[in-house]
Amino acid sequence: MDKNSISRLGHLENTIGIFIIFGIMIALMNAGMINRYHQGIIIVIFINIILATSLNFITGCLGELALGHAGFMAIGAYTASFVTLNMNLGLPGTVQLIISLLLGGLLAGIFGIIIGIPVLRLEGDYLAITTLGFGEMIRVAIFNLDFLGGARGIFGIPRLTNFNVIFWITVIIIFVLFRIIRSRHGRAILAIRENVIAAESVGIPTVFYKIFTFAISAFIAGVGGGLLAHYLTIIDPKTFNFAYSIDILIFVVLGGMGSFTGAVIGAIILTIMPEFLRVGGIQEYRFLIKAILLIILMIFRPKGILGRAEFSLVQTLEFIKCKIFKNAKKPT
Amino acid sequence: MNILELKNIGISFGGLKAVHNVNFKIGEHELLGLIGPNGAGKTTLFNLLTGIYRPTEGSILFDGQSIIGLKPSQIVKLGAARTFQNIRLFKGLTVLENVKTAFFHRMSYNTFSAIIRTKKFREEEIAIEEKAIALLKIFRMESMIHQDADNLPYGMQRKLEIARALATNPKLLLLDEPAAGMNPQETKELMETILMVKDHFNIAILLIEHDMNLVMGICERIVVVDYGQVIATGTPEEIKTNKRVIGAYLGE
Repeated sequence: MDKNSISRLGHLENTIGIFIIFGIMIALMNAGMINRYHQGIIIVIFINIILATSLNFITGCLGELALGHAGFMAIGAYTASFVTLNMNLGLPGTVQLIISLLLGGLLAGIFGIIIGIPVLRLEGDYLAITTLGFGEMIRVAIFNLDFLGGARGIFGIPRLTNFNVIFWITVIIIFVLFRIIRSRHGRAILAIRENVIAAESVGIPTVFYKIFTFAISAFIAGVGGGLLAHYLTIIDPKTFNFAYSIDILIFVVLGGMGSFTGAVIGAIILTIMPEFLRVGGIQEYRFLIKAILLIILMIFRPKGILGRAEFSLVQTLEFIKCKIFKNAKKPT
Repeated sequence: MNILELKNIGISFGGLKAVHNVNFKIGEHELLGLIGPNGAGKTTLFNLLTGIYRPTEGSILFDGQSIIGLKPSQIVKLGAARTFQNIRLFKGLTVLENVKTAFFHRMSYNTFSAIIRTKKFREEEIAIEEKAIALLKIFRMESMIHQDADNLPYGMQRKLEIARALATNPKLLLLDEPAAGMNPQETKELMETILMVKDHFNIAILLIEHDMNLVMGICERIVVVDYGQVIATGTPEEIKTNKRVIGAYLGE
């Protein structure tokens, strides 16, 4: 009973927190404090957050290293762009975008299943290499498909991704992932990470849950890809190369594998940092600085910023309350 | 009525017949011990029963139903749970989460109800949490439910593994060398735990063990295997005086 009321309070506080962040961002934009350039970075941050949380579902929760996330992203991006360009239903922009994203995600998810069935019988290094190969395969396939524009890519995609849409899509994705992981399905996924043989021995169909995780993660990556396509308005196969997959993995590792809020923090830091370093004399060294900072972090905090823990607004508020209370009490 | 029945079970790896022509039965509430010298085929038999290996000959009936070709998770669903010789807990999860995870196939809500948290989701989750805590109370582990499984002492980890197996609601519990690596005091506590489990849950138990005191002390009936074949079956008293068993253990 007591526990229930606490979790309900948590929902309330989190919802308020999300609306406050949204309100502040909108206010700053209206006041001109966030200009168009900043807005562009913010949208890229949100896309990276979506991809990082999606990869965290596989790498952090299921415990399998997947290096082909850009491949799923490419499938989503191309499908969504194709749908938007060729199936114009005369709907309002946002509705059109959501339909395109869902179809893009769906196809990416289907690919996740098709590739997952043979691939997920592998484990560890073998799985990593195979997913890496898969990501490259998608890219090369698109490169050679004329109806997808080949090496030139697709251009003239309407810019339907804006701050409002991407903010709420990100919130929904993170919400859904949290709800899944905090259910019997999530426990099954975590059990596979902890010990596959033991998971099977308590009645969890491990192969099914590996494919399930892969499919959900691929779906979300596809949605992220679709959002990117509708933001950049031009996509080509080079956008979704191996380096992007690695970048996504770095967001997850930096934030802490197994933590969704960690993935969010990792994506934010590593997307903003190169932009901050775009000033003065250090400009040319910004990737070097990023690399050095990563090495330092891995030496002093190998588990990532949050480890497996999740940032909790409720606990943070409690903590602050305690501090204030203590300080207020001291004089008397 | 037998809960488990092995008929002419055998498995060969290449040309090696690891287990050959094994027959035995376990009664519904029986505590059966399976012993044999190293390399006799005990663990292979265990893996056949739990669906990790598929026998090349013979049949296994669990509760009257053939389990050959089923996946380990499907056999668990039918009601045969196991523990491992080298303890396999979900180390990074808490004690409570370890047990709750094992309630998996006793819950039925789907992903969608997990996302929107339907009434069914809430009811099942609350019920499972209560059941898991009640189960841990039986093992007197209620004070440590929020500890990581990895941080428990060895004897407690073994207890937790048994509790987790029981959470799947088995009719038969298979224990693979539960006393491995335990000191005499821990072994004694383990004996008490096993007897408590048998009485409290009223299930059949198959125990593979090296520790003779444990086997002789609590098993009602013992099956002895050597070179992949059953060489003797009987009560502890009969086994103690059986010439073939003594021969297999001490050599002639």
